[in-house]
Amino acid sequence: MIAPVRALRRPQGGLAGLWLILVILAALFAPLLTPYAYDVQDLPNAYQPTSAQHWLGTDEFGRDLLTRLIHGARTSLSVSATAISISVLCGMVLGAAAAWFGGWLDRVVTMTVDLTWSFPEILIALILVAIIGPGTTGVMIAIAVAYLAQFTRLTRAQIMTLKGETFIEATRSLGAGNAHILFRHLLPNALAPVLVSAMLATGDAIILEATLGFFGLGAQPPVPSWGGMMSAGSTLVFKAPWVIIYPGLAVAITVVAINIYGDALIAELDIRSRLRRDG
Amino acid sequence: MSALLELDGVGVAIGRIALLEGISLSVERGQVLGLVGESGSGKSLTAMAAMGLLPLIGGRVTHGAVRFGGQDMAAMTEAERRKLRGRRIGFVTQNPMTALDPVQRIGEQIDVVSRLHLGLTRAKARARTLDLMTQLRIPDAASVAEAWPHQLSGGMKQRIVIAMALAGDPDMIIADEPTTALDVTVQAQIIQILGALVRDRGVALLLITHDMGVVAQVCDRVAVLYAGRLAEEGPAGPIFAAPAHPYTAALIGCIPQDGMAKGSLTGIPGTVPSAAAFPPGCRFHPRCSRASDLCRRTAPPVAPHDAGRAACHHPGTVA
Repeated sequence: MIAPVRALRRPQGGLAGLWLILVILAALFAPLLTPYAYDVQDLPNAYQPTSAQHWLGTDEFGRDLLTRLIHGARTSLSVSATAISISVLCGMVLGAAAAWFGGWLDRVVTMTVDLTWSFPEILIALILVAIIGPGTTGVMIAIAVAYLAQFTRLTRAQIMTLKGETFIEATRSLGAGNAHILFRHLLPNALAPVLVSAMLATGDAIILEATLGFFGLGAQPPVPSWGGMMSAGSTLVFKAPWVIIYPGLAVAITVVAINIYGDALIAELDIRSRLRRDG
Repeated sequence: MSALLELDGVGVAIGRIALLEGISLSVERGQVLGLVGESGSGKSLTAMAAMGLLPLIGGRVTHGAVRFGGQDMAAMTEAERRKLRGRRIGFVTQNPMTALDPVQRIGEQIDVVSRLHLGLTRAKARARTLDLMTQLRIPDAASVAEAWPHQLSGGMKQRIVIAMALAGDPDMIIADEPTTALDVTVQAQIIQILGALVRDRGVALLLITHDMGVVAQVCDRVAVLYAGRLAEEGPAGPIFAAPAHPYTAALIGCIPQDGMAKGSLTGIPGTVPSAAAFPPGCRFHPRCSRASDLCRRTAPPVAPHDAGRAACHHPGTVA
């Protein structure tokens, strides 16, 4: 059985994984799950607490909070996941190229990466959004660039270590060329740690996306995002606290779930022991 | 028969440091040449030179020529040399524990060699792989081919590495200390398998080892390296009966034998000097019991001795 499934069978991994699957399914089938539309206002029913009609209550425009939360999951997850995917892809190419070719390319990449590494992600993201302009595309690019350094460094370090392994020497002495060694041996071996780190970074990216959304830089109203919903709720903390509490909980639980499931995955993949020297 | 692999007065340097000097060796088909010496004597470097892999560690051939099948390796392009590796020369690495890619199934790792070098289809390559595994006495080859490297024992992995070396149907195998990392019982099996390859397939085998016992078991000829120079070379029988070079004699003295009295196993005092500080004259003289003033001043030339060659001012004679 493959590792992601085995991670689900661990006690903590199972609960966390279940939540993630639930959130992903909700995001995928959002329009089918609720009778309400996320953008239709119903002012007479504004500020409703939890009831049979509105399970999580309504916001200041009388929109169903659960509906907006589910659609918000769509925005948050797709933006974070896409951003991290772009980041991983570019990071692996850059890191592999730097480690493989060495020389001036390695120096330039390492220096640039170290430079961006010294700024907090949120600062890089804010600067980039300011340049590109608010909206989901801008946020996506900003998050992708903010995490690029991490994956470039990780891939480069992995490939540098692997390059010295006996099996690379063995493959080369049996006539394998550069491309074969890079794509068939080095990258596949570097993949598992990079993917796990990508998974954990997605958790951080959700928070970053919510933060940018809170500042009004993410998805523009009326499209809901978890950060945007919290921003709207922040002025209503005493009048209708649920408007900020529920999206906040969604972010918190999802990020914690990603971290717990990620830990279970690390244990299952047994990343460290696979390169153990004592066989 | 003409030599398959021939090293003719080869000198190798990394940067400005000369590591090998005047190495002349040859191996024929169906023959086992044992390349012996302590760690640091230049055995693995000789193997790298024979495969044209020196640039990888920043080394180069400074003197002489390496010829494979009569062709000068220095005159070949890198693409031609790459075709030689795996197709004509199979390589068996020192440590089987780390010689296999941990994230690829066993079968695929052997398949890829014959697909690359013999242009076989996936299915034909797999059939060849299973055939090779069976020949190497790997039980239940089909299920081992689906296994991951970490599921196999050391001895089994070394057989897989040998199967990889054989998959390109080479004329020659270079085995760099193939048994060093294995249990004694498994060592014997691997040596047997390698010996059988030479007998049955007629491949040439360059067996690199520091274990004279292993050499005594399978080698037709022996070449002894010391500190980057050839100490002695010749047919195995006469060398074991009457070694000319005191270093060879000392190595033979290190083989434990049945019924030996406790404490009678002799070691060699001292260590191989590093390439940065080779002593003048004969490089073995600081550790040699026969050393004279001549040895301290002048390096002995490699001269014919009995059926082979030796580089010693005071060669031993048949008792």
